[in-house]
Amino acid sequence: MLFPLISILMLLLICLTGVIWLRFTFFFGVVFPYAASFIFIAGCIYRVVIWARSPVPFCIPTVCGQQKSLPWIKSDKVQSPSTSWGLIRRMASEIVFFRSLFINDKTELKKGQILSNDASRLLWLGGLIFHWSIFIILIRHLKLFVEPVPNYVLFLQNIDGMFQFGSTNFYLTHVFILISLLFLLLRRMIFSRMRLISLFTDYFALYLILAVVVSGILMKYVYKVDVMSIKRVIMGMLAFKPFIIADINPVFYVHVFFVCVLLVYFPFSKLMHMGGIFLSPTRNMKNDSRATRHVNPWDYPVKVHSYEEWEDEFRSALKEAGLPVEKKKSRRNKGENG
Amino acid sequence: MAEERLKKPDEILNDVDLAPEDQDWFMTKPDFRKGTYLYSAPLKHQNYLGLPNQREWNPADTDWKLPEDWKEIILNGMADLIKKHRSFRLFLDICVRCGACADKCHFFLGSGDPKNMPVLRAELLRSVYRRYFTISGRLFGRFAGARDLDEDVLKEWFYYFYQCTECRRCSVYCPYGIDTCEITMMGRDLLNRVGCNVQWVIEPASNCFRTGNHLGVPPHAFKETLDFALDEIKNLTGISVEAPINRKGAEILFVAPSADYFANPHWFTLLGYLMLFHEIGLDYTWSAYASEGGNFGLFHSAELAKRLNAKIYAEAKRLGVRWILGGECGHMWRTIHQYMDTFNGPADFLEEPVSPVTGTKFEHAKSTKMVHICEFTADLIYNNALKLDKSRNDKWSITFHDSCNPARSMGLFEEPRYIIKNTCNNFYEMPEHTIREKTFCCGSGAGLGADENLEMRLRGGFPRANAVKYVHEKHGVNMLACICAIDKAAFPPLLDYWVPGVGVCGVHELLGNALIMEGEIERTTNLRGEALTDEDVDDVR
Repeated sequence: MLFPLISILMLLLICLTGVIWLRFTFFFGVVFPYAASFIFIAGCIYRVVIWARSPVPFCIPTVCGQQKSLPWIKSDKVQSPSTSWGLIRRMASEIVFFRSLFINDKTELKKGQILSNDASRLLWLGGLIFHWSIFIILIRHLKLFVEPVPNYVLFLQNIDGMFQFGSTNFYLTHVFILISLLFLLLRRMIFSRMRLISLFTDYFALYLILAVVVSGILMKYVYKVDVMSIKRVIMGMLAFKPFIIADINPVFYVHVFFVCVLLVYFPFSKLMHMGGIFLSPTRNMKNDSRATRHVNPWDYPVKVHSYEEWEDEFRSALKEAGLPVEKKKSRRNKGENG
Repeated sequence: MAEERLKKPDEILNDVDLAPEDQDWFMTKPDFRKGTYLYSAPLKHQNYLGLPNQREWNPADTDWKLPEDWKEIILNGMADLIKKHRSFRLFLDICVRCGACADKCHFFLGSGDPKNMPVLRAELLRSVYRRYFTISGRLFGRFAGARDLDEDVLKEWFYYFYQCTECRRCSVYCPYGIDTCEITMMGRDLLNRVGCNVQWVIEPASNCFRTGNHLGVPPHAFKETLDFALDEIKNLTGISVEAPINRKGAEILFVAPSADYFANPHWFTLLGYLMLFHEIGLDYTWSAYASEGGNFGLFHSAELAKRLNAKIYAEAKRLGVRWILGGECGHMWRTIHQYMDTFNGPADFLEEPVSPVTGTKFEHAKSTKMVHICEFTADLIYNNALKLDKSRNDKWSITFHDSCNPARSMGLFEEPRYIIKNTCNNFYEMPEHTIREKTFCCGSGAGLGADENLEMRLRGGFPRANAVKYVHEKHGVNMLACICAIDKAAFPPLLDYWVPGVGVCGVHELLGNALIMEGEIERTTNLRGEALTDEDVDDVR
């Protein structure tokens, strides 16, 4: 819990030292972002290609609904998909709505040795709000990367920012992501079971995203960094004609720095679950393994115990019991061990 | 080690805390305490199957007599499995430790051992994977959640991968579908590579390889036991029934788990099958060579599973049947539904299954050409091909246990329920979160059904038994129906321990009771020889 926090603070220190004291603004504003973007893109592609190229030898969906068998039995077309459309719906329910977390429940051992069971939707809600907030915030950020700004980005921004606090309008997603992040962090700290299973990386990822979020929020509400000049910087980078602005607030560099650390960290970490979910064989396969043969690409012949060998061993017993045999006499020297 | 007394039901869970104290699990070591672990595979059977590093050894000993280069074997094995299975690589990579799976495992719920949480069970492998196969793990070690592979880690794998019944319940709740069954399968495959196998898996597998079935029943004994069943049916119904074996030219090959013809209460399910086949005049045959539908190889490695499974198609081809019908069994149906066609197909020498009675085409099985008996029977009932007297099961209030594999690998939910509802008057479902795809395991699957680990089995079976207790108290349920041979073996002691007064039966036992056969004498008893009505039962209800 503490080490990951310290490492984040050290990263902050590195950034502030580099920007304010050493004035390595070109490194933090140009070199590192380019490098991080490259590592992110190349790393993600590498990971996904490795997964996608790994063979799926067997058809192993986890079936969560009635199979398609007899015509008068209503099958669950989504949770036991036998068609591609059903499969798409199943995957969409997972990826868009976190269906498996939605059905989550909590089991507790009560006095009198009774296992109680209650629906437990908090993790689902927290996870869903967290991921959707990130998604919307990323879309909103497109306004810094695209000129002219697409209408859907403006539309989303208007909805997200429809509430006002005093004179400034604030984004709902900022509230949501802070709350959900704190929830995801606190549940790891409070519940002993979560504490037990959590690794350094689990906290580190959360703190890192929190650092990105907090620096972003500070930039918008406290330091009110000039958005238009940031956009000019970004557009310059996208055109591979990078330049830096001298008088921009260091919080901008902090934000960019943490985003870049996140980009570098992403492909090598559990955060790749985003790409992995699409490739998970227990979710993305149809439950039709008896109707359509699944081929194992690395299948190889194995040592079997053939009928002939079996009959050789048991011929007299078979005859004695009056069961039919293929050959009347045993072949003596054929091995009995198969 | 002193023999420990098995704790009473009201005290066994006293030390279970589902919110275990925070601890550094990297450092804790498993306690090979009697009652919690399985015995090692006997040398004879290691030898017969040609397994690696054959030797006598004991998991409770300090020295496991591993090969000198065991570490290299394991790491090469990991590299091999990662290359061959996307599931393995992906599941090692993408877990975020959200904790949704933690309280879904029956072994965790019954033991409180944190390493029985699916997430930590997988972390046992993941930590080693990170250390040797990922950049971050190599660079940052402990901070990246990586740890060195040593003998203690290997022992831990053995302890916990044989404390998982590969039931896949956690996989239902995981947001990425991470399937601990895959992890456990790979873990056991790795352990096999250095010769760490268990008796309860290897002995049945070796028997099956040699004789054709897990129990090692040779063909003449197989015939005798079926003959004995025919005598019983004759006594019960007055009807002479046949059970052809190894008959060429039959339309259908019937394959059942061997426990059905050698164990109790499986036996009454066997009677049910035989009566049903006689009544509809099925043109079928048993096989003494493929006299096992179950596949303990699946609990060991994909290779051994394939070696055992090969017999079914080979025999269907030799006998010249059109298609295959399969009996009530759990992991057998996982193998058939998700593996058989891939292992040993294509079964292009067979025909698309069609019910000879109703003409129904089983299109969902058109490639594998094997139909589950519940699918087959449900179709018969739906088409009014059977005469049934539900009242013959009236002494029982029944609940249905979805066996893990037919549930989460096939989605076989309605077929058995349809049969039960048409053969029984009193049927009650257990709570929603314990049935269908959320069903709780019996705690003895995947090769864990031994005697030496009874305590662990009772703990693992506790969540299921708890749900049975609920319907037992609420609705007077006194019979648990299921469609799995391991269930039928595991539940009687489990329910005796947790919920005395609830029996165990197969779905086709219920059918056999209710089936009105042409020319039968008046039935005064059920297949078990018990009076059809039982006044005492009414009082309880």
